Amino acid sequence: MAVAKQKMLALNGDEAVAYAVKQSDVDVVAAYPITPQTIIVERFSEYVADGEVDTEFVCVESEHSALTACLTAAATGARAFTATASAGLALMHEILYVTSGCRAPVVMAIVNRALSAPLNIHCDHSDSMVERDCSWIQIYVENSQEAYDSIIQAFKIAENQELLLPVMVGLDGFTLSHTLENVQTLPDDLVKKFVGTRKFPLVTSHEGKNVPFKLDPKKPMTIGPIDLYDYYFEHKRQQEEAMQIAPKIIQQVHKEYAKISGRRYGNGLIEPYHLEDAEMAIVCVGSTSGTVKTVVNELRSKGTKVGLLRLRTFRPLPVKEITKALENVKAVAVMDRSLSFGGHGGAVFHEIRHVLYDASKHPYVVNYIYGLGGRDTSPNLIQKIYRDLQRILETQQIEKPVQFIGLRE
Amino acid sequence: MFSEWKFAAKDIAEKPDLFTSGHRACAGCASATVLRLIMKATMGPTIVTTATGCMEVASTIYPYTSWKIPWIHTAFENAAANASGIEAALKILKKKGRIPQEQVDVIAFAGDGGTYDIGIQALSGAVERGHDFLYVLYDNEAYMNTGIQRSGGTPLGASTTTSPAGTVMPGKLEPKKPITEIIVAHNIPYAATASPYYWRDLIAKARKGIEVNGPAFLHVFAPCPRGWRSDISKSIELSCLAVETCVFPLWEAINGEYQLSAPSKAIALKPERKKPVREYLQMQGRFRHLFTPKFEKVIDEIQRITDERWQRLLKKCSMALN
Ligand SMILES: Cc1ncc(C[n+]2csc(CCOP(=O)(O)OP(=O)(O)O)c2C)c(N)n1
Ligand code: SF4
Ligand SMILES: [Mg+2]
Repeated sequence: MAVAKQKMLALNGDEAVAYAVKQSDVDVVAAYPITPQTIIVERFSEYVADGEVDTEFVCVESEHSALTACLTAAATGARAFTATASAGLALMHEILYVTSGCRAPVVMAIVNRALSAPLNIHCDHSDSMVERDCSWIQIYVENSQEAYDSIIQAFKIAENQELLLPVMVGLDGFTLSHTLENVQTLPDDLVKKFVGTRKFPLVTSHEGKNVPFKLDPKKPMTIGPIDLYDYYFEHKRQQEEAMQIAPKIIQQVHKEYAKISGRRYGNGLIEPYHLEDAEMAIVCVGSTSGTVKTVVNELRSKGTKVGLLRLRTFRPLPVKEITKALENVKAVAVMDRSLSFGGHGGAVFHEIRHVLYDASKHPYVVNYIYGLGGRDTSPNLIQKIYRDLQRILETQQIEKPVQFIGLRE
Repeated sequence: MFSEWKFAAKDIAEKPDLFTSGHRACAGCASATVLRLIMKATMGPTIVTTATGCMEVASTIYPYTSWKIPWIHTAFENAAANASGIEAALKILKKKGRIPQEQVDVIAFAGDGGTYDIGIQALSGAVERGHDFLYVLYDNEAYMNTGIQRSGGTPLGASTTTSPAGTVMPGKLEPKKPITEIIVAHNIPYAATASPYYWRDLIAKARKGIEVNGPAFLHVFAPCPRGWRSDISKSIELSCLAVETCVFPLWEAINGEYQLSAPSKAIALKPERKKPVREYLQMQGRFRHLFTPKFEKVIDEIQRITDERWQRLLKKCSMALN
């Protein structure tokens, strides 16, 4: 299929998300406003007010109810979307597990924002990183274009009949959510065709019948029962088995989407940047990768062999791809925009070091905690990180495995 | 407002159960009776959701289920949000022609904990938004599933595991929150109280709640022998006494207009029929400590509050007696 003719729109990240949802034939949106996600809810409300969408918009009284309503709407057979940030996601915490446990393919945009206290509305990844174990697929985007593209892909990933896992797409608060960008958008009908209509796998009901997996009065099924030590464990293993096939499905959807849009983000799981011959690499998620790319170009022009590994999919963790991408790198700096207090570094660091333990060659791996509460991360900080890696390679020694960067001493 | 629905005891008996036997509720559990009776009021396709609590835990232990209709449980505090999502989905899927063009009724069941306390926010939101569903509060007056802890629906003087009667404390210090009045204050089109002793009244009210356009709230009294320390054979008798003592009067509010239901109206018209609360209290171990010299005054207080609330209700029903 040829790449479609696209329309360039000036959109900020939130608007790009709302636009993608508008085009994805979503049946139910239940959401609650919170900075910096609010624009998504507002734009979507305007689409509803102007009759531009065929969607039931449930303007709920809390995020807990937002996700609950999306979950039960999805269980009833609808395509459901919500969006939140920070405290809103924390309030949903309980229902995150219930959603994935009920295998409800809800899609949610997370406009990443710091957690209180002290109160802060700006970007870091504390809100979604803390939810990494809840059996949701997690995709982090670099720019608003990718936010638009990823939301469309997310519906097709989540609703895959073999998978049926919810997907969250993280975009950096303000840096992306509130910054205008030229976004290429696909024609409405093409997006609608791409996402298709929901299909339901057949499962065995309590009556021993093969029935579509949804709440259907003609084919009754009990969803969300009490499930004790005799079966719960097997059900959790099923969820993990779904996670294991997710990389294949994410890549497949990413590839299909590339065919109509012409846009690719690595292989959909990771995006290596100048890693082929890199001796030193940064690993990060989110918009900071844009800044890192600029610095990589600059240092490369001076002959330094540096590279970047952007993790696009953080859950499931693309273990094989990460190992392969960092195979020949000698020193790795992992950048974390969240902190696991008392846990010796941030979540991404934990994962990368852990994956590399099984690699044939062990590079030096260090961690930088950066940008908490929206603190700006300038190119000179990235340069410093690469200089530090250089020193590690020269001295063959790590002075500080975990450190903060870009804050007062 | 309501289509006239006539049904005989035979119709009810013959209608197949949608909430079936084999569940694991205790012997004498009135909540299970209430669910069964309410499911008798359904006529067409129906989806049910239940909050965490005794009725969820007793009815769906995997791989078994008592539910003959599609049923979902998600958590404790969000039964009304469950219903909101189901109703929204049904509406749009019907509009888009993805499901048959028929009315599908939505019923949410939740206990007193899931309604008076942790679930009141989701309930208030769903009623305000006007979703078309019937919310049934089965009120066994404590958190029974977790072992008889007090809730906002536990009555004054009841001993629970978090309001135990001790040497200085007479059980719970506060009376029940007027939950149904709170919901009526949302301008809900239909709200009512019911008791399984008056099963015909209960089923008729459930039917009205299902039929009304928009949200409906049904508050059903549900004795729990386990938590009330009452005889397992007395649950229905207690459901009768609660009405006869005006501890739990039966009424409806249709578009905010209060009216007494027949059993309570009979008492309003013949006040001498109103029984003293003592009769009701003495059948329950949770009030046993009140029948000691130290705490006997609490019985008077319960009587006073019961009378006061009854008078207030009569006023609302324009039946105040001079
Ligand atoms: C958020 C949350 N808090 C606490 C609980 C524990 N819990 C489960 S059921 C329940 C009490 C239920 O009481 P009620 O709603 O009155 O129903 P009943 O068991 O009495 O039928 C509690 C406290 C929970 N499941 N979820
Ligand atoms: S504890 Fe009470 S409410 Fe729960 S099942 Fe037993 S009798 Fe019913
Ligand atoms: Mg209870």
